[in-house]
Amino acid sequence: MAHVQGLRCRECGREYEIAPVYTCEWCFGPLEVTYDYDAVAAAVSREQIAAGPASIWRYADLLPVDRGHAVDLGAGFTPLVRADRLAAALGLGEVWVKNDTLNPTNSFKDRVASVALSKALEFGFKTAACASTGNLANSVAAHAARAGLRSFVFIPSNLERAKVVTTAVYGGNVVAIEGNYDDVNRLCAELAGTYRWAFVNVNVRPFYAEGSKTLAYETAEQLGWETPDHVVVPVASGSLLTKIRKGFDELHQVGLLDHAPNVRVSGAQALGCSPVATAWREGSDTIRPVKPDTIAKSLAIGNPADGYFALDAVRQTEGGLAAVGDGEVVEGIRLLARTEGIFAETAGGVTVASLKRLAEEGVVTPDERVVLYITGLGLKTLDAVEAEPTATIRPTIDAFHEAFDPDHIDEE
Amino acid sequence: MPVTVRIPTQLRELSGGASEVEFEGRTVAEILGVLEERHPGFAERLHDDTGELRRFVNIFVADEDIRFLQGLDTAVTDGQTVSIVPAVAGG
Repeated sequence: MAHVQGLRCRECGREYEIAPVYTCEWCFGPLEVTYDYDAVAAAVSREQIAAGPASIWRYADLLPVDRGHAVDLGAGFTPLVRADRLAAALGLGEVWVKNDTLNPTNSFKDRVASVALSKALEFGFKTAACASTGNLANSVAAHAARAGLRSFVFIPSNLERAKVVTTAVYGGNVVAIEGNYDDVNRLCAELAGTYRWAFVNVNVRPFYAEGSKTLAYETAEQLGWETPDHVVVPVASGSLLTKIRKGFDELHQVGLLDHAPNVRVSGAQALGCSPVATAWREGSDTIRPVKPDTIAKSLAIGNPADGYFALDAVRQTEGGLAAVGDGEVVEGIRLLARTEGIFAETAGGVTVASLKRLAEEGVVTPDERVVLYITGLGLKTLDAVEAEPTATIRPTIDAFHEAFDPDHIDEE
Repeated sequence: MPVTVRIPTQLRELSGGASEVEFEGRTVAEILGVLEERHPGFAERLHDDTGELRRFVNIFVADEDIRFLQGLDTAVTDGQTVSIVPAVAGG
């Protein structure tokens, strides 16, 4: 926190003091936290980070929060696993999976919620709130419980039941809105002007979004302070992709990398909600909002706030964007589960299927070191996949042999 | 019956602090024109140099994003609400 300078509009550059504000008063552009990177550079080292906690808070010098306020359920520092069997299935070389299903509430949203609620405490808020497609709902409700804050979580009423249960159990208010995520989001933007609550992805959004940078920091640290050649990131609002790219750049800026990063950034969207991928494919500078229709509900944002910045990041780094159908999403979930033993939610299926597509199109190549960001757990979207027992039998050897011919059972 | 225009926090300094104002008008463009006449300063905040809506400004008529309708030419009928909402939220 000592290293934070203020807030700056990404559109027009106007500067603001640190406060729970999120848009430029002049042009409505998004505000972003600015840092004194020389001060960060003087404070951090690889050794100091390695000695820190096994959570996002090991990178506290690069987060916009006073460490003393940290609302910490242990978000972050999730495994980065080499995925050779997945790579082989896709005809690729070196592929790694950042397994962010292993966060406290089983999605990457714990990173941003932890930062946002910490900042909310620092600002003196008593109530935390959010608009959510589900994962953030889980995380805000849990972190609010941990911090002793009231919570109001707003979700679309068609959300998966698992995500409703895993939010409501924490005891806060859960408000189901008869509409899609963009309707929920709009209501929250209006409510944020009425109530003095910390809406983590509205008035606290500039701070909240910074939590996603830790995915880049961890990736580099876990690769021995090297960066990948190519990352594939799911795109909903576009914030995650934008911040992962920023994270790699910052590491170099504060002297933690030996070489300037040259990371190609690619995005993954579901075909039924692909406004950013559509603009990329059409070479357009305009992102046209869509009405989402996809099983990947955690990515179902039809009017992506950071879509323009995600598009810029993909273009500037010569990455790509894929839009994959619901069938491919389910196949992606199965492929990751069967090759690497990781059960992802639908957003992960989108990401795996997009990697497959980008590999087929030659956008991701076999000579690249690729990192795939798997951001949520499969148990959250159980209805998306059908999986039955291979056989259901009586408890006898004979029944087993009826189901599995003993002469061929070990042939594969 | 006039049209209600909902003003976001960021622009209430221009509307004398009011969160809602009421005008007559047949399209969104007309309504925004009247808004500028009554409360000068709105136009340069909502539009870029080319006269288009800034990309982080969303306008809704009866809860529908005007980009799904006819943009600034979207018709507005008496009793409807036009909401101006910053786009930068969520995710």
